[in-house]
Amino acid sequence: MKIFLKIWRQKDAKSNGKLVDYEMDNVIPHMSFLEMMDTLNEKLVLSGEHPVEFDHDCREGICGQCGMMINGRAHGPLKNTTTCQLHMRSFKDGDTIYIEPFRAEGFPIKRDLKVDRSAFDRIIGAGGFVSVNTGQAPEANSIPVTHEIAESAFDSAACIGCGACVATCKNSSAALFTSAKISHLAKLPQGQQEARKRALTMVAQMDAEDFGHCSNTEACEVECPQGISVLNIARMNWEFLKGNVLK
Amino acid sequence: MELNAKIPPGPLKDKWNYYKDHAKLVNPANRKKLDVIVVGTGLAGSSAAASLAEMGYKVKSFCFQDSARRAHSVAAQGGVNAAKNYKNDGDSVYRMFYDTIKGGDFRSREANVYRLAECSLHLIDQAVAQGVPFGREYGGYLNNRSFGGVQVSRTFYSRGQTGQQLLLGAYQALIRQVSAKAVTLYARHEMLDLVVVDGKARGIIVRNLDTGEIERHSAHAVILATGGFGKIYYLSTLAMGCNASAIWRAHKKGALMASPSWTQIHPTSLPQSGEYQSKLTLMSESLRNDGRIWVPLKKDDARKPNDIPETERDYYLERRYPAFGNLAPRDISSRAAKERIDAGYGIGAQKNAVYLDFSKALKEQGEAKIKEKYGNLFSMYRKITDIDAYKEPMMISPAAHFSMGGLWVDYELMTTIPGLFALGEANFADHGANRLGANSLLQACVDGYFVAPYTVSNYLADEIKTGPVPADSPEFIEAEQKAKELLARLVAIKGDKTADYYHKKLGKLLYDYCGLSRNREGLSFAIAEIKKLRIDFYAHLAVPGTPEEMNAELEKAGRVADYLEVAELMCYDALTREESCGAHFREEYQTPEGEALRNDEKFCFVSAWDWRGIDQEPVLVPEPLTFENVALTVRSYK
Repeated sequence: MKIFLKIWRQKDAKSNGKLVDYEMDNVIPHMSFLEMMDTLNEKLVLSGEHPVEFDHDCREGICGQCGMMINGRAHGPLKNTTTCQLHMRSFKDGDTIYIEPFRAEGFPIKRDLKVDRSAFDRIIGAGGFVSVNTGQAPEANSIPVTHEIAESAFDSAACIGCGACVATCKNSSAALFTSAKISHLAKLPQGQQEARKRALTMVAQMDAEDFGHCSNTEACEVECPQGISVLNIARMNWEFLKGNVLK
Repeated sequence: MELNAKIPPGPLKDKWNYYKDHAKLVNPANRKKLDVIVVGTGLAGSSAAASLAEMGYKVKSFCFQDSARRAHSVAAQGGVNAAKNYKNDGDSVYRMFYDTIKGGDFRSREANVYRLAECSLHLIDQAVAQGVPFGREYGGYLNNRSFGGVQVSRTFYSRGQTGQQLLLGAYQALIRQVSAKAVTLYARHEMLDLVVVDGKARGIIVRNLDTGEIERHSAHAVILATGGFGKIYYLSTLAMGCNASAIWRAHKKGALMASPSWTQIHPTSLPQSGEYQSKLTLMSESLRNDGRIWVPLKKDDARKPNDIPETERDYYLERRYPAFGNLAPRDISSRAAKERIDAGYGIGAQKNAVYLDFSKALKEQGEAKIKEKYGNLFSMYRKITDIDAYKEPMMISPAAHFSMGGLWVDYELMTTIPGLFALGEANFADHGANRLGANSLLQACVDGYFVAPYTVSNYLADEIKTGPVPADSPEFIEAEQKAKELLARLVAIKGDKTADYYHKKLGKLLYDYCGLSRNREGLSFAIAEIKKLRIDFYAHLAVPGTPEEMNAELEKAGRVADYLEVAELMCYDALTREESCGAHFREEYQTPEGEALRNDEKFCFVSAWDWRGIDQEPVLVPEPLTFENVALTVRSYK
């Protein structure tokens, strides 16, 4: 296949960026999207040009490090799929593909397609944990948790922290990410002790990081590789309200 | 040099308690005067950093990823073992200890392995308290599944994402300490060298990967929890950034490496489909509970798998290992696949795979049941290959996976450099010559949560009077200078081949000569080829840009430069071990049926290696293994 690429190049946080054209011959449909990018970078290195900087690591959809806007969609055209699990068979010969970084005030660009998502770590740091030290834990089966609650907590906990929800949201809201952690811990008895305080401090940190508000467009759920439900946002609002009223 | 493993006295089951009862302590007021560096934020690194910070030590934590949550522990699918015996199926700490020792083909230390099994009980408690959503039964109690190589159900799991959930628990514990200002976290920082002052580990040199700046960090103790280096084979189940650089550079500063050639080749990965391929995706071992592995009886059979009748299929695992069948341990399953592929029975376009067939299970249990058990794996398979495994068999192939070898450590997880500890996959300790499924998450967690807090404290107790460690001593300045010189050297070559080119060549050499089966001639050939490749690398490497900026190609080149040295040591390690054990299969040493032939008289030891410089032969320092509680038997799964 022949593919035309328009890729966002930006030297550093301060420089202006622009879309640069590249042409790729002999793209094989079984290549993953990132292997196509590897092939491009190999060409660039050999021609003495700086290759396109992009984030990636596990290449099996779980570490959450990869992420690009591909033709305007976070992680590209497939549902519930990270960029690393997208394959070139999703495109056709002669296609033009626009590749841009995840854009948001809270995710400043570092270089090319790499962005700074440390805001997510700070949101977790504002209460996204159970305050238990090593050695304090009681016998694991001493607090039963029903199958349904454990499965539902897992559904929330499955978030990989990639930031696709923020990138796709017209308000750059981090509500899906933040609410997934609030819900995961609020559903389990181990996390309930701190649930009210947690909702208040994590939401406050989310606001402080320049993420926008949620206006319930639900685009985040559509683009989320793990299919995290927007019902988590409803639960976050409920925990937040409870926290405020009972504070 | 004599290696002392420092095994505590007393009966096996009392050794760890004896150690804990006698280890030196540090007064809480003194802990804040002691600095600890932890490199790596996977399960071992995060859990160690969080636990030590909770105790009151001042901790600095480093990772090369953009967040601590992304370390490759995140990708482990199947589960974590613990001898809770919730299933009432006869499990116990001793039985888990025995399974692990046997699984490792009697090439690990009894005392370490017993401690691993013992601490497994606390780990499940700890993880549940952190909010890890393990699979549960309808009554609310924890559930278990089975894994290869054992006859009880002791594996705890969070669907197919157990590693992710355990890591998030450890990451959250770590981030909690960052918020409490007990840990300073440096993401996107890569360790370039270890600094040794007066024989003790005193700090590290790191590169800020966003800016290219080189930094010095000093401490009273350094912990390396930097994971495995299976990525040395290029095509592997590991993440792209996994590397040996931290442990290798520590090795060159005097820390011995043990059994570097013992790499687990996982039997159920997706096969390579082309030259462009960057990694091999793992399909969980749990699939072997219901999938049957086969190849056609006829060579070069061009028919589609569903057109090949039952009578013309060779279910070779069931044929060779009737007792364990498709659930034979990983090393044995991988080797059996290679035997068929090499004999010309491989399937797929590149004839490098075997079938994993679910048709019997689908017929017996129905599609809905199979979907419930493995739905996410079937859809992952479809995403990557575009094949519907409900309709035709999966194609799978062996892939480099886990490093049983690593830095040599004693019972305290301390390397041969005082003050330098190695945790998790970065060390050689518990898995012997072959790791059992679901024991890697366990070992990483046990090392970090339950062992390091005692053993690191025991070391730091003698450091109270040291005072702050300066980062401007000649040793720091020299190490920084050397690290900068290497980076400058790589950029200055300005050749015409990329780091990936060399990495792929090296990986192929290792797969061919130091992979699933090895022989004297092949290993000697590989050593010579690696030396040539290394010379070529320093003559023709192309790295664009400068070291003073974000430069992913330079990061890769640095890792490949180390791999080109590690690979040579791996071959020496495999060459000198004239026996077959676990993942190490020497063709010269096998039974008439083609099974591994161990030599307990001559090789019942751990091979630790001392670095003597580039192009110098490394020196073997054996640590004899003594077995007081188990009898050495032939490891049979027939």
